[in-house]
Amino acid sequence: MTTQSTTAQPYLVVEDLKVRFTTEDGVVRAVDGVSFELPRGRTLGIVGESGSGKSVTSMAVMGLHARGKRTEIAGKILVNGKNIVTMTDEETRKMRGNDMAMVFQDPLSALHPFYTIGRQITTAYKVHHPRASKEDARKRAIEMLDRVGIPEPHRRVDQYPHEFSGGMRQRAMIAMALVNNPALLIADEPTTALDVTVQAQILDLLTDLQKEFNSAIIMITHDLGVISQIADEVLVMYAGRVAEHGSIEQVMRSAQHPYAWGLLESIPSLHGDPEEDLKPIKGNPPSLINVPSGCAFHPRCPYRMMNPGPCDLEVPQLLAISQPGHSVACHLPEDRRVAIYTNEVSEVGVAQ
Amino acid sequence: MIITQPSASPLEQASVAPLLTVSGLTKHFTVRSGLLGTAAKVRAVDGVSFDVRPGETVGLVGESGCGKTTTGRMLVGLLDPTAGKITYQGQDVTHRRSKKVRQDVQIIFQDPYSSLNPRHTVGKIISMPLLVNGVNPPGGVKKRVQELLELVGLNPEHYNRFPHEFSGGQRQRIGIARALALRPKLIIADEPVSALDVSIQAQVINLLRDLQREMGLAFVFIAHDLSIVRHFCQRIGVMYLGKLVEIGSREQIYGQPAHPYTKALLSAVPDASRIGQSAGRIRLEGDVPTPLNPPSGCRFRTRCWKAQDVCAVQEPPLTLKNNGAFAACHFPEEGVLIPQAA
Ligand SMILES: Nc1ncnc2c1ncn2[C@@H]1O[C@H](COP(=O)(O)OP(=O)(O)OP(=O)(O)O)[C@@H](O)[C@H]1O
Ligand SMILES: Nc1ncnc2c1ncn2[C@@H]1O[C@H](COP(=O)(O)OP(=O)(O)O)[C@@H](O)[C@H]1O
Ligand code: SF4
Ligand code: SF4
Ligand SMILES: [Mg+2]
Ligand SMILES: [Mg+2]
Repeated sequence: MTTQSTTAQPYLVVEDLKVRFTTEDGVVRAVDGVSFELPRGRTLGIVGESGSGKSVTSMAVMGLHARGKRTEIAGKILVNGKNIVTMTDEETRKMRGNDMAMVFQDPLSALHPFYTIGRQITTAYKVHHPRASKEDARKRAIEMLDRVGIPEPHRRVDQYPHEFSGGMRQRAMIAMALVNNPALLIADEPTTALDVTVQAQILDLLTDLQKEFNSAIIMITHDLGVISQIADEVLVMYAGRVAEHGSIEQVMRSAQHPYAWGLLESIPSLHGDPEEDLKPIKGNPPSLINVPSGCAFHPRCPYRMMNPGPCDLEVPQLLAISQPGHSVACHLPEDRRVAIYTNEVSEVGVAQ
Repeated sequence: MIITQPSASPLEQASVAPLLTVSGLTKHFTVRSGLLGTAAKVRAVDGVSFDVRPGETVGLVGESGCGKTTTGRMLVGLLDPTAGKITYQGQDVTHRRSKKVRQDVQIIFQDPYSSLNPRHTVGKIISMPLLVNGVNPPGGVKKRVQELLELVGLNPEHYNRFPHEFSGGQRQRIGIARALALRPKLIIADEPVSALDVSIQAQVINLLRDLQREMGLAFVFIAHDLSIVRHFCQRIGVMYLGKLVEIGSREQIYGQPAHPYTKALLSAVPDASRIGQSAGRIRLEGDVPTPLNPPSGCRFRTRCWKAQDVCAVQEPPLTLKNNGAFAACHFPEEGVLIPQAA
């Protein structure tokens, strides 16, 4: 059952998670020491460029990486007090659905083309309600489709995925993920491929469902607008590591990591002077096979300190700063970061 | 910005002669549908009119499938219009265009991966338009290509490299260099940054803006990211189900949209400079209807909260509204949506 853990521990605890893939080109350090916690009822936004390890992190939490010769997972992932990392596939499968569920970026890859939407939702339901009758399961599927805003759910329940529009498929997948009222929902770029109007519907839906079931939500996206709208706290990832972690106000209103500044400065705002040039981050995100030494962001960082070090020599630790709940992995002294943010960053892009 | 007094028609807003004029542009695709395979008409673009002045940046926005790409492809001559007229510098280019016009109007595609031939070197890719058009620039083709590489911020030494040796942002720069090879006057950019990471998007947008300013290039810029469109475009057209429903300056469109659809679309954009639920958001119900069988009268009426009987029978024409923009609605909106910086 999805009861709250009896201890005071948050529902999800990730501790020093490392995921490595051995490939022909070398070892991909996809996730390299990520830690965070998330209680029920709260939404964590994870932002970062493509390839920064967001999806690998969420797949690890869901127990979806097959450990083996090529895939190495270390660290701890406690869901409701139980460690996913040391579980068998059978054990994680039992947890998926009501302890935790996931909505993927591409609904077509998660929905089976040969089965009706209704059949797929009822199958997911029966995993955790083996004694439910066929009629009850069908009723539940229709109810869920209705909840996610599918018109005429009685008719739609018998249709196949290809008969749904992109937005409807995404909603159907959310219905499937939510059919067992999961305590933890991970949504990996659930709205990236959708129009803003449909995106708005889906974000509303997630917010409503969270209120009702007190779920913990992880929202993965590269869209800071989406994050601002629904997240309580934000994790900024860069090259498989956490660059910054704090409440939405802390990260959006007083960011402390140069990479977070770069993101804020490079996005045009809907209000500011449109003639002003954007301030892009120079260079490209690194390959995770060849992560730059020291701070992985140093080749692109305008504030790096080198010759002698420390930015190219030492990996900066994620450390708490004076604001409670806000931590940053950067060698710059805190007063310097505060000064840079105030004087240079807060006037540009969406930070203003 | 070349915006003067609003005048009677969206086609003649300025004293400057337009570079490109589009009137009643229409594209219907015939498709087979249903079990019997009966022929049906997809009304992808249906009577779109606007103009682009020299050096002007015009944005086209709207939900997926509303006809932006189809419009763009007709503007460069990649698709033959079903009806309507395209005029370039006063010359009818609807169905046939001279070599000069083909050189003047270029396109940049969305996907920097599939739009470059993987077996050709960068030098060959960029020089192709020169060779195809028999252009021999002073100093030779290679020199021109190297100038172009430099112009878009790539190393001219990389002349002999292949596309796979470049990142997504760099590949998009190659596509831009190719589009610039013939010194065009108008570029149709179809989602030129959608496939790129946020930090790389800003690099490419700044490059396009520099080129636009320095070379006086005009752009038709198609994108679904509405904050990027506001940043890049002086004038913006909003499309819905094959129709242009509103066109006006960025201040008019973002600040005080007149068409309910424009308002709904913009109010749905999550605003990164605001924390929490966006205030005043309009929840649009349902999906966009199929262009196989668009609603009668105003095509937006099935999702419009203001629809009345007249909306189902009478198609609203594009007319000048109080915000100074042209919109197609019987009961236009008033008031400020997103306050705009001066
Ligand atoms: N070759 C074709 N045959 C049939 N229908 C087509 C064809 N090309 C486009 N369409 C249809 O025409 C309509 C407009 O398509 P278009 O590609 O112009 O949309 P768009 O506004 O660019 O959308 P997006 O934002 O998804 O790129 C859509 O309904 C599309 O399915
Ligand atoms: N199964 C896999 N085998 C090898 N490399 C992988 C695998 N899955 C992901 N990666 C790599 O791990 C890195 C992080 O990927 P991902 O988490 O998907 O990034 P994103 O932040 O875009 O979600 C990327 O370099 C990706 O190519
Ligand atoms: S540690 Fe150094 S290189 Fe890294 S973000 Fe901070 S200042 Fe920049
Ligand atoms: S014409 Fe009618 S239905 Fe169409 S947008 Fe205006 S009010 Fe809505
Ligand atoms: Mg991903
Ligand atoms: Mg398109």
